Amino acid sequence: MLTCKTVWRKLAPLARASSTVCRQNVGRAGLNNVRRPAGSPVAHMSTGPAGGGGDNRLYVLLVGAACLGGGVYAYQTVKGDKQRYQERLSEIASRPNKAAAEQPDTFIQLEAPAVPSTETQEAQISETPVSASAKESSPPAPADEVSAPSETTEPPPETPAAGTAPSPAKIPSHAPYLLIGGGTASFAAARSIRARDPGARVLIVTEESDLPYMRPPLSKELWFSDDPSVTDTLRFKQWNGKERSIYFQPPSFYISPEDLNSIENGGVAVLTGKKVMHMDVRGNKVQLEDSTEISYDKCLIATGGVPRNLQVIERAGEEVMKKTTLFRKIDDFKALDKVSRNLKSITIIGGGFLGSELACALGRRSADSGLEVIQMFPEKGNMGKVLPEYLSNWTTEKVKREGVKILSEALVKNVTHKDDKVEIQLKDGRVVKTDHIVAAVGLEPNVDLAKSAGLEVDSDFGGYRVNAELQARSNIWVAGDAACFYDIRLGRRRVEHHDHAVVSGRLAGENMTGASKPYWHQSMFWSDLGPDVGYEAIGIVDSSLPTVGVFAKATAKDTPKAATEKSGTGIRSESETEAVATSPVATSPAASPTPAPPAQQQKEDYGKGVIFYLRDKVVVGIILWNVFNRMPIARKIIKDGEEHADLNEVAKLFNIHDD
Amino acid sequence: MSYCRQEGKDRIIFVTKEDHETPSNAELIADDPNDPYEEQGLILPNGEINWNCPCLGGMASGPCGTQFKEAFSCFHYSKEEVKGSECIDNFRNMQECMQRYPELYPQEEDNESSSQAESNTGAPSATSAPNSDSTLADAASESAPSSASTPPTDSQTAS
Repeated sequence: MLTCKTVWRKLAPLARASSTVCRQNVGRAGLNNVRRPAGSPVAHMSTGPAGGGGDNRLYVLLVGAACLGGGVYAYQTVKGDKQRYQERLSEIASRPNKAAAEQPDTFIQLEAPAVPSTETQEAQISETPVSASAKESSPPAPADEVSAPSETTEPPPETPAAGTAPSPAKIPSHAPYLLIGGGTASFAAARSIRARDPGARVLIVTEESDLPYMRPPLSKELWFSDDPSVTDTLRFKQWNGKERSIYFQPPSFYISPEDLNSIENGGVAVLTGKKVMHMDVRGNKVQLEDSTEISYDKCLIATGGVPRNLQVIERAGEEVMKKTTLFRKIDDFKALDKVSRNLKSITIIGGGFLGSELACALGRRSADSGLEVIQMFPEKGNMGKVLPEYLSNWTTEKVKREGVKILSEALVKNVTHKDDKVEIQLKDGRVVKTDHIVAAVGLEPNVDLAKSAGLEVDSDFGGYRVNAELQARSNIWVAGDAACFYDIRLGRRRVEHHDHAVVSGRLAGENMTGASKPYWHQSMFWSDLGPDVGYEAIGIVDSSLPTVGVFAKATAKDTPKAATEKSGTGIRSESETEAVATSPVATSPAASPTPAPPAQQQKEDYGKGVIFYLRDKVVVGIILWNVFNRMPIARKIIKDGEEHADLNEVAKLFNIHDD
Repeated sequence: MSYCRQEGKDRIIFVTKEDHETPSNAELIADDPNDPYEEQGLILPNGEINWNCPCLGGMASGPCGTQFKEAFSCFHYSKEEVKGSECIDNFRNMQECMQRYPELYPQEEDNESSSQAESNTGAPSATSAPNSDSTLADAASESAPSSASTPPTDSQTAS
C-alpha cells in the first residue's frame, strides 16, 4: 500500500508534466495546422519544448516508457506482496503438519480435485501447504473419502510383538466408530456397539503394541502361576483350574483395519502402535503421529493414564531411573518378573491397591527365592486411604505375614545410586538399600488430546470432564480412567478400577449407538491381599468418611479362594462384572444350623463383615470384607441412597454368617 | 453377644449368628422393572432381546455375531409347536461360521461350552433341537440367567 502511494507520488509530477506536454503538442500541432494559412507571426517561445517536432517525439517516448515501466513495477510489487502474504499464512497453518512431507502429498494429491483451492491464484507455488489448510477449513465430505479409498503410504511395518495383531498394511481413512485407546473401556465399548448396531464397523487405535487385555491379573493371578513360560503366554490358571488369557479375545476375533470398510458384516479392527496426536473436533477427524488422518462419525476417548512417578526419583538420574519400574502394562510385568528372579531386593513405594498387591505377590515369591521385599508408604498402614484405621492396621499385619517388610509413615526424601545399589533416604532418617524400585504412587490420566480438541479437563479429579452420559461434545464420549463424569447418585468423580472401565465403556458404547443413558449401574472393585484377605467394594470408599463396620468371625470357608471355587467362576472379576444386576435382595432367613466356630480370639479378628461408608448419614460406599457374591445387595443400598437409622439392620441383609 | 466399639469416627460392631437371625427391618425401595436406566436382563421389558446383555458374553459382537443374532431372533420369535424348528438353517449358518473360528468358539469343549451356551443363550447344536427346548424356554422366561454360569461363556466361547 505504501509503495503504491510513494510510487504514485513519484509518478504524479512526471505524469502531470507529460500530460501538459502532450496537450501542448497537440494544441500546437492543431494551431499550426489551422493558423498557418492566416500567416500571423507566432513567436516561438524559448521555454517551449526544445528542438521542435523530433525532440518532442523522443521526449514523449521516454516519458511514456517510464510510465509504463512504473506501472508494471507497481503491479508486480502489489502482486508479489499478496503472494507473500498468502504463503506466510499457509506456512503458519501447515506448521502442525510439519512432521511428514511425503504422506500429505500423496494424500492431498488424491484429494486435490475434490478440494477447491480458492485461496490464492498462485496455486502452483503454494499448492501443498495451502491445500492442506484449505482442506482443514472446508468441511470434509466423509462420503467422498469413503468411496475413494485414498489410502496413504505406510511407514515400514513394525516388528510385531508376540501374540499381537499382524501389523496393518493400510489405515482406513474413515471409521464410523473410532475408539482412541485399546484398553478395557475401549474393548467394552466396541462390544457394546457391535451388539447394538448390526454390522457396525469399529476401529480401535492404540499406541500399545498389544491387543486389548485386562489389567488386574498383571498384579495378581499372573504372579501366582506355576507356569515358567507365563510371561510369554500370559495365561493363568485360576483357583478352580480353568485357564484363560489376559487378552479379552484372541487375534482371530478382530478384522484387519484395511478390511474395515469393505467386510460384509463389519467388525472390530485394532490399529496397534499408533498414537493419536491431534484431534479436530470441527472436522470430525484425528491425526496420528505419522500425520495420517482418520475421520469418524462417533469417537470414544479411552486413553487411560500413565503411572505417576516421584519427583525425587526423576531427579535422581539415569542410573536410578533404570532401576525403577512404573507398573502398568504387559511389558512392565515382564520386566518386573525378570527382575524379581534375578535380584535380591525390591522396594515398592506406595501403599494403595497396586503397591499392596504387588508387595503380596512378590512376598510370596520371596518364600522360595529369598528375595527381600520392602514396601514403604506415607500412611500408617496398607490401604490407608481406603480402609478405616483399624482395618488398615489389621491388613498391614496380614501383608507382613506374606513376607513383606513394611515401612509405614515413610516419606522419601532422596534417592541415590551407590555401589550398584539404590539408596533411599527417608525424611525421618531411615535408609533403605535395595536393588530395584517399583513406584506405585498413582495414575496420571492421559488428557493429551484436550488441547487440540478443545475439551475441558477437570481441575479437581483430572481427566476429561464429561456429563452424566459420558459425553464431552456432540460426537465425542470418554470412558474409563480418563473420564471425570457426573454420577447422579454420588456426584462428580473419576474412578480408576477395572469394573468401572467395563461399565463405563459399555455405557459409552450404548450412548454412541443412541441410548442416551446416564451412569447408573454402580461399578464395583475388589482386591485380594494374599489368599486369606480379599474384599469387594462399591461406591465411594474413602477412609476420611465416617464408617460403621459389622463383623463376624471368619471361618476357613471365607476366603477368596473358596469364593471362586464355590461359584465355579474363574476370577471374581468375571462373576461380578458379567452378572446382571437383577433385583438384588433375596433375604433368605439365616436358617442353616451349622454351629458357629468356637470364639478363640483374644484380640479382635476382623474375619468377615460389611463396612458402610457414610456421607451425611447416607451410605455412599460399602466394603464386603471376605464376604462374596453379595454385590447386588450392596449396589441396591447405594442406589436407594436412603438414611438408615440402624446399620446393623442393613448389615443383616448380607447374611454375613452364611457361606 | 454382639458388642460395639467406637474408634474416633469409625464404629465397629461385632455380631454373632444369633444376632442376625431375626429378619432385617431395613427398608429398601421397590425396584421399577421398567426403569430405562437400569441394566436389563436378556429379555427387555418390551419382549425384545437385549443383545448387550453381559450374559451373552461377546456372542453378539464377534465375527459370527450376525449369524448368532439371526438364529437366536428366529428362535425367540418362533411360534411353532416345536419352538425354533423353522430356524434350522439359521443355526446351521451360525455353526458353520463358528467352525471357521475354532479359537473363539472351541469345538473340543463342545459339551461344556455348548451346554452352557444353551442354557444362557439358547444356541442349540444343530442336532439337538428338541432336547434344548426346555432349557431354552427356561432361559427365555428368566430375566437373567444365573450369574455363576455366565462367565465360562465369556472366557471360552466368548464373542
